[in-house]
Amino acid sequence: MIEFRDVTKRFDDGTTAVNGLDLVVEAGTITVFVGPSGCGKTTSLRMVNRMIDPTSGTVLVDGRDVLGVDPPTLRRGIGYVIQQAGLFPHRTVLDNVATVPLLTGWTRRKARQRAAELLELVGLPAELGRRYPVQLSGGQQQRVGVARALAADPPVLLMDEPFSAVDPVVREGLQDELLRLQAELDKTIVFVTHDIDEAIRIGEKVAVMRTGGFLAQYAPPAELLTRPADDFVASFVGKDRGYRRLSFVDSSGVEVAEVPTIAEGAPVESSSDWRLVVDADKRPQGWVAPDSSSVPGGSLYEVGASIRGALDAALSSPSGLGVAVDAEGRLAGVVTARQVLDVIESRRG
Amino acid sequence: MIFADAFGWLLDPANWSGGKSIPVRIGIHLLYCFGAVLGAALIAVPLGLFVGHTGRGGLVLVGGSNALRALPTLGLVTFLYLVVGGSTVSVLISLVVLAVPPILAGTYAGVQDVDRGVVDAARGMGMTGAQRLWQVEVPNAMPLLVGGLRNAMLQVVATASVAAFVGVETLGRPLLDGIRVLDYPQFVGGAILIALLAVVLDAVLAVVGRLVVPAGVRLSARTGKARPGSAASRRREVPTPVESGGSTA
Ligand SMILES: Nc1ncnc2c1ncn2[C@@H]1O[C@H](COP(=O)(O)OP(=O)(O)O)[C@@H](O)[C@H]1O
Ligand SMILES: [Mg+2]
Repeated sequence: MIEFRDVTKRFDDGTTAVNGLDLVVEAGTITVFVGPSGCGKTTSLRMVNRMIDPTSGTVLVDGRDVLGVDPPTLRRGIGYVIQQAGLFPHRTVLDNVATVPLLTGWTRRKARQRAAELLELVGLPAELGRRYPVQLSGGQQQRVGVARALAADPPVLLMDEPFSAVDPVVREGLQDELLRLQAELDKTIVFVTHDIDEAIRIGEKVAVMRTGGFLAQYAPPAELLTRPADDFVASFVGKDRGYRRLSFVDSSGVEVAEVPTIAEGAPVESSSDWRLVVDADKRPQGWVAPDSSSVPGGSLYEVGASIRGALDAALSSPSGLGVAVDAEGRLAGVVTARQVLDVIESRRG
Repeated sequence: MIFADAFGWLLDPANWSGGKSIPVRIGIHLLYCFGAVLGAALIAVPLGLFVGHTGRGGLVLVGGSNALRALPTLGLVTFLYLVVGGSTVSVLISLVVLAVPPILAGTYAGVQDVDRGVVDAARGMGMTGAQRLWQVEVPNAMPLLVGGLRNAMLQVVATASVAAFVGVETLGRPLLDGIRVLDYPQFVGGAILIALLAVVLDAVLAVVGRLVVPAGVRLSARTGKARPGSAASRRREVPTPVESGGSTA
C-alpha cells in the first residue's frame, strides 16, 4: 500500500507541482495518475521512490515513511519503468534485466538466470537477451524495461508514461500484456499517463489531476465516466464519455427477441424476413437477406455483458438486429438499437 | 623538387645514427607526447567526470578551459623556461596545458551527453552515485572521451616541435635548423615526419578506442538512432510543452 498524506512539492523556482495530495493506493491494484501535461503526475510518482522529496507531507510505502529509508535501498525494492525505457545502451538486454539483482549482491550467474526467466515472462524470445537495446524495436524495449523493473520481484511498480512513445497498435498490446502480468503477479502498480483512454483501460482506480498539482477526482473508471466530480473532470474524460460510459452499464435489461434461423448449408427459401444462419451448435454464421443473398454478420455480444456491446451489435448488423449469444457463443436472441437506447434512456431517468 | 630533396634528407644514412638522429628525435618526441597526454588525462579526466556527473561547475570549466586554449604554447614554453629554468619541465607543462582542454571537453561532454532517461533509470534502479558513474556514465562517455584524447594527441604531436626552441631534441629540431640555415629539405623532411607520427598515433588511439568503447554503445552510434544524449533527448527532462512533442518523436 502507498499512502500520500497531505503531500506538497514546491520546486526552487516557486512552481507548485503537487498541492496537498491525499491519496491511498491499495495494495495489489493498478492505480493510474492521469491529467494534462505539467499537472504533477511525474512529480507525485517520483516522490514514492525518493527521486524527488516532498516539501511537506508524508509518503508511506507499506506504512513506512520513505524519508526514513536511504534512496538506493528504497529504490532497489521498487520497480521503475520510464517512457523511453532508459535501457543501458552498453549492456546486453539480459544484463539490463539483471541490473537490480546484481546491485543487491546476487551472483552474475543467478542474476542472468533470473533475467532469462523475466524475458520469457514479458513475452520476449530468449535469444533477444544477447542483443543490445539499440537492436530492439520500441515495443520490445518497453517490455525489457518492464522485465528489468520486475527482476528483483519488488512488491511495488512505478510506471511513468511507459507506453506513450510507442505507436497505438503496439501500445494496446503492451497494455494487454501488463494486465495479464498483473493478474499473475498482483503487484501494487502506480501508472502515470496523460491518455484518459489508457487510464480507463488499465486502471482499477484513477486519480485525475489538474494543473497546479491538485487532485480533481479519485475513483474507479466507471465512476469517473458516470459521475465526474466537476466540469474539469467531465471535459477531461471527454466528449464521447457518454458512449464510453456504456462499457460500464450491463445489458441485462435489454430483452432479446427470437429470430428466424436457417441451418448452415440448408436450402434457402424466399421470405420477406432477414434470417440468421447458425451452425449445428447454434453459433451465428451470418445473415440471409429477404432477397435470399448471404450477408456477413455484424459484431456479437454476450447477454448481460456491457450495453455498449449490445449497441455496437445492433448498429453493425446488416439486418438492424444485434445478435446476442450466451457464454458458449450460442444464439440467445436479437435486439434492435431502439430497444437498447430505450433501456439506456430509462436508466438515465 | 623540394620533396625529392626532403626524401633525400630523410633517407640519408647520416641522419639515422648518432645522438641527434631521426630515431632518437622520434623517441624523444614520443616521450614528450605520451608524457603530456598522460599528465593532462590525469588532471582532465577526473575533473571532467566530476563536473559531468554532478552537473556542478560546468560554466567555470568551460571558461577555464577556454582561457587555457588562449595561451600561446610557444610563449608559455619560453616564459616557463625563463621562470623555472628546466627545459624538460617547461616543455612538459606547456604541452599538458595544451592537452587539458580537449580531454576535459571530451570527458565532460561524454558524461553530460548520456541520455537523461538512461541516467534517470540508473538512479531509479537504486544505483548509488558512484555506481551510476562507473557502471553507466563512464562506459557511455567512452566515444567522446577517446575523441578528446585523440584531439589532444594530435595537437601535442604537432606542438611538441616548439620544444626545440629551448634545446630539447624533438622533431622540432630539423624544422628549426632547417629554417635557420635555410635548409629546406631538412625543414620539409621534419614536417613530413611529424605528420606521419600524428597519423600513426591517431590510428593507434583509434584502435584503443575500439577496445574501450562498449559494443552496444558503438552500435548505437553507428545506427544513428538518438544517440544517448542528443540535445533533443536532454530536453525531455524539462516538463514544458516541448516535452510531449519531443518524447513521442
Ligand atoms: N525540477 C523541476 N524544477 C522546477 N519545476 C519543475 C521541475 N520538475 C517539474 N517541474 C514543474 O512542476 C510541474 C509538474 O511537473 P510534472 O510532475 O513533471 O508534470 P506531469 O508529469 O504531470 O507532466 C510542471 O509545471 C513542471 O514544469
Ligand atoms: Mg510526466
